[in-house]
Order: sequence, then structure tokens, then C-alpha cells
Amino acid sequence: MNSQQIYETSRMINNENLDVRTITMGISLLDCIDSDSDRACEKIYEKITSKAKDLVKVGQQIEAEYGIPIANKRVTVTPISLIAASSHDHDYVKYAKTLDRAAKALGIDFIGGYSALVQKGYQTGDETLIASLPEALSETDFVCASVNVGSTRSGINMDAVAQMGKVVVEGAKRDMMTNAKLVTFCNAVEDNPFMAGGFHGVSEPDAVINVGVSGPGVIKNALEKVKGASMDVVAETIKKTAFKVTRMGQLVGTLAADRLGVQFGIVDLSLAPTAAAGDSVAEVLEEIGVAQVGTHGTTAALAMLNDAVKKGGIMACSHVGGLSGAFIPVSEDAGMIKAVNAGTLNISKLEAMTAVCSVGLDMIAVPGDTPQETISAMIADEAAIGMINNKPLPCGSFQHRVKKLVMKSSLVAFLVMPQ
Amino acid sequence: MKAILTVLGEDQVGIIAQISTVLADKNINILDVSQTIMDGNFVMMMSVQVPEALDGHHLNTEFTKLGKQIGVEINLRNAKLYDAMHNL
Repeated sequence: MNSQQIYETSRMINNENLDVRTITMGISLLDCIDSDSDRACEKIYEKITSKAKDLVKVGQQIEAEYGIPIANKRVTVTPISLIAASSHDHDYVKYAKTLDRAAKALGIDFIGGYSALVQKGYQTGDETLIASLPEALSETDFVCASVNVGSTRSGINMDAVAQMGKVVVEGAKRDMMTNAKLVTFCNAVEDNPFMAGGFHGVSEPDAVINVGVSGPGVIKNALEKVKGASMDVVAETIKKTAFKVTRMGQLVGTLAADRLGVQFGIVDLSLAPTAAAGDSVAEVLEEIGVAQVGTHGTTAALAMLNDAVKKGGIMACSHVGGLSGAFIPVSEDAGMIKAVNAGTLNISKLEAMTAVCSVGLDMIAVPGDTPQETISAMIADEAAIGMINNKPLPCGSFQHRVKKLVMKSSLVAFLVMPQ
Repeated sequence: MKAILTVLGEDQVGIIAQISTVLADKNINILDVSQTIMDGNFVMMMSVQVPEALDGHHLNTEFTKLGKQIGVEINLRNAKLYDAMHNL
């Protein structure tokens, strides 16, 4: 027994909010395609509820045995635009409701994959799916949707960008939560365990377990101990801490895959914050030396954090995947909320920050009277950053308010949304 | 399974006694014990062998309850976790 190590781990879990953010089971629905949509939905429900029937139970077992909280148990599926295309239905809301029903039956937190990949063009299914997004999202509780509008190889589909602006505005009119469950992507990855952008790519195995780890609180705490040290020491400390956190993710993923009898896929090396105090990426940046997130030096600190987390994590797991990088969801990070309220963080700086990490404009609130063209333009800007830098980039997860709210700036931050 | 039981909190009379009683009740064998002060906290660690038939969830609830009674934090975790995080 090494007391120091045991003590450190206990502290990380008990006091520094270390947890496994998600175990996500990816399930291929390619064998559920049917020209009769009722039949297809039946097959989809059957496949999801049989493959993932023990997902929640196994998650809870691991939580109890290892004392590690697992915040979310999720499922991702093959993009529905591909599965539903052969049905020639006029909308795919039926499919969304089927996914929702399966999620409820399983007791999972989210199901992702009501998605379309249109970076180069639309097939019939993509058009139908995107048009039905507002309705599908407002009429379901656990379904997450994503649309990939660009890639480094094929550029940006500007028609899709224009359409997504419309979808965001229409969705907001229906329900406040709609857009929190929708992500517009550039260079979408096929093994992302995080929501709302997660889907199960066509090149993935039939079923797979992917894991996303968390741990901004742990990194911040480790950095507090090296206050005043040189940047090399700071980077080294982040690497070592990321290594430990990732090893935990690898362990939990391997165990879950083993017990569920499916292949283990990847660990997503992301620092995912929550709105809880001490679980903030912004606070890590401030610990590195930035006075407050949004001021000069923020982009550099974030780039360094992202780089060190990846370097530390890579050796700790067998396969790295997903988005892998620091998340900066404005309304889900206590430190970022504070910076917005103080006027230090604005949309321009946020955009600069997205150029060096793995997310775009994430969980931002925009005024209710923002026109759809403006939203499309924001998506286009982010997609351009992702396309040129060859990196996966969720370009927009908006909270678009229809009725104008009382707010101090163009960015409000008080909404607790899924991540 | 081999597990590590950690106790964190303020030092007081009878912590080991009360915890050992629960362990004995459950037929959990103690393999090693260490006790020290870290960052001003009383820290006790026990390496234990938990019979496979025991329900982890139930055990944890029981220890959480006991911890609340005596004012310390008690956690029981599979030893593999510490190995994975700290050893190559």
C-alpha cells in the first residue's frame, strides 16, 4: 500500500470532482434499415434495448465497486439520415421518438445520432432529417442531434450552414431546450462519446464502448501546488495529472466493455467542466496565470493546457479518440460565467479560444431577436476555423431565446444544459 | 476482490474498533493497515479482501452511514483503481 498515492486518488474523487463523465455505447443501426419505416423503428428499438440493456446496471456496478462516479450513461447510433433514407417518409420524427422511447426504457441520460453528414452535399435522407430537426427535438426528451456541415477535405457546405441558422431559430420558437440538444459540426468525429454531437460512425464496429473523462478540478488542484514555478513545470504537472485521470478512464472503459461483452473503443481525453464550483476549465486557465478568462494570454494558456492534457493522456490509454481537448461551454463553466458577467470574456475572444481547442461556440446564449442569418454567419466562422485547422469542431450549440430576456451582454450564462 | 478502505477525517477514539467490527461482521479479512496524518487530516488505510458474494453498493451505503455516525469519510474501492492510476 502506498499511502500517498491512495490519499491522492481519494482526494481527487472526494474533493476535486474527479469522475468519469460518460460511458457511451455506440450501436450500429445499419442492419435496421427497412423501406417500411414502422418496421425500421421496431428493429431500431429492439436492437438498442437489447444491446444496451445492461449499460446502466454495469455502470452502477462499477460505480459501487470502484467508488468512481460515472456521471452519464449514453448511447450513440448510426446517423438516422442514413438509416431512414430508404423509407421515403416525409419526416423522421417517428425515428426520433423511437430513440427517445428506447432511451427511457434503458434509463440512460442521452441518446445521440439523430444526425446528418452533409459536408459535401445532401442525400434525400439528409434533407428530410434537417427539416424535421426542430420538431424532433422539441417532441423528445433525450434525443441529441448533430449536423456536420464541413470538413477539411471537402470544405463547407454553405447551403447547410444557411439552413442550420433557420433550424436554430425555429427550434427556439418551439422549446427552450431544443438547441441545447443540437450541435452543428465541422470535421465531426465518428467515435465521440460526448453529447450533443455524438453519433456512431459507419466505419465503427457493431457495438462499442467509448469513455469520456473529466477532471478540471483535479488539474487545478495539482497546479495550485506548483504556484510560481516555471511554465515547463506547469506543463509537466498537467501531463502527469492527465495521465492519472486517463488511466482511470481506460480502466472503467475496459471493465464496462468486458462486462457488457462488447469491444472497447476509445478514451476521449477531454477536460469537461460542470457548473459546480471547482470543476471549471476557466479556473485552470486562471491557475496557469491568466488574471481572468478572456483577457490577454487566455488563448495561449488554453493552447498549452490542451497540448499538455493530450500528451499526458496519450500514453495512458490504448486508443485515443473523440474530440480530445478542453471544453469551453460558456454556460456550463462557473469560471466562464463569472468572466462573462465581469465583461472580461466576449464573443470575439471566445472565437479566438475555439481556434486552439476542440470545441467551438459551446452552450452560448444569444439574444432572442438574433436573425437566422447572423446565426448562420457565426456557424460559418467556426466551421472555417475547423476546416482550415483540420480539427473537429462543434461550431454551435446555441441557446436562442425568442422572447427578449433581460440581459447585460450578448452572452448570458445561467443555463444548465446537457454536455 | 482486493480493496482499499480509506478513512479521512478527525482523529478520535474507537475509529479502528468500529470499522473492524463491521468488517468482521461481513467476513472481510484485513491484510494490511496503515495510519498517518496528511495535510492535517487523520488518514487510515486498510487493504482488505472482500468476499466475491458481497454486494458493493450495499457495502458502500453501510460504510457511508457509519462514517456519518463517527464523523469521518469512509470509502471502499477496488485496489485495481489505485494500481491503474499510479503504476505503469
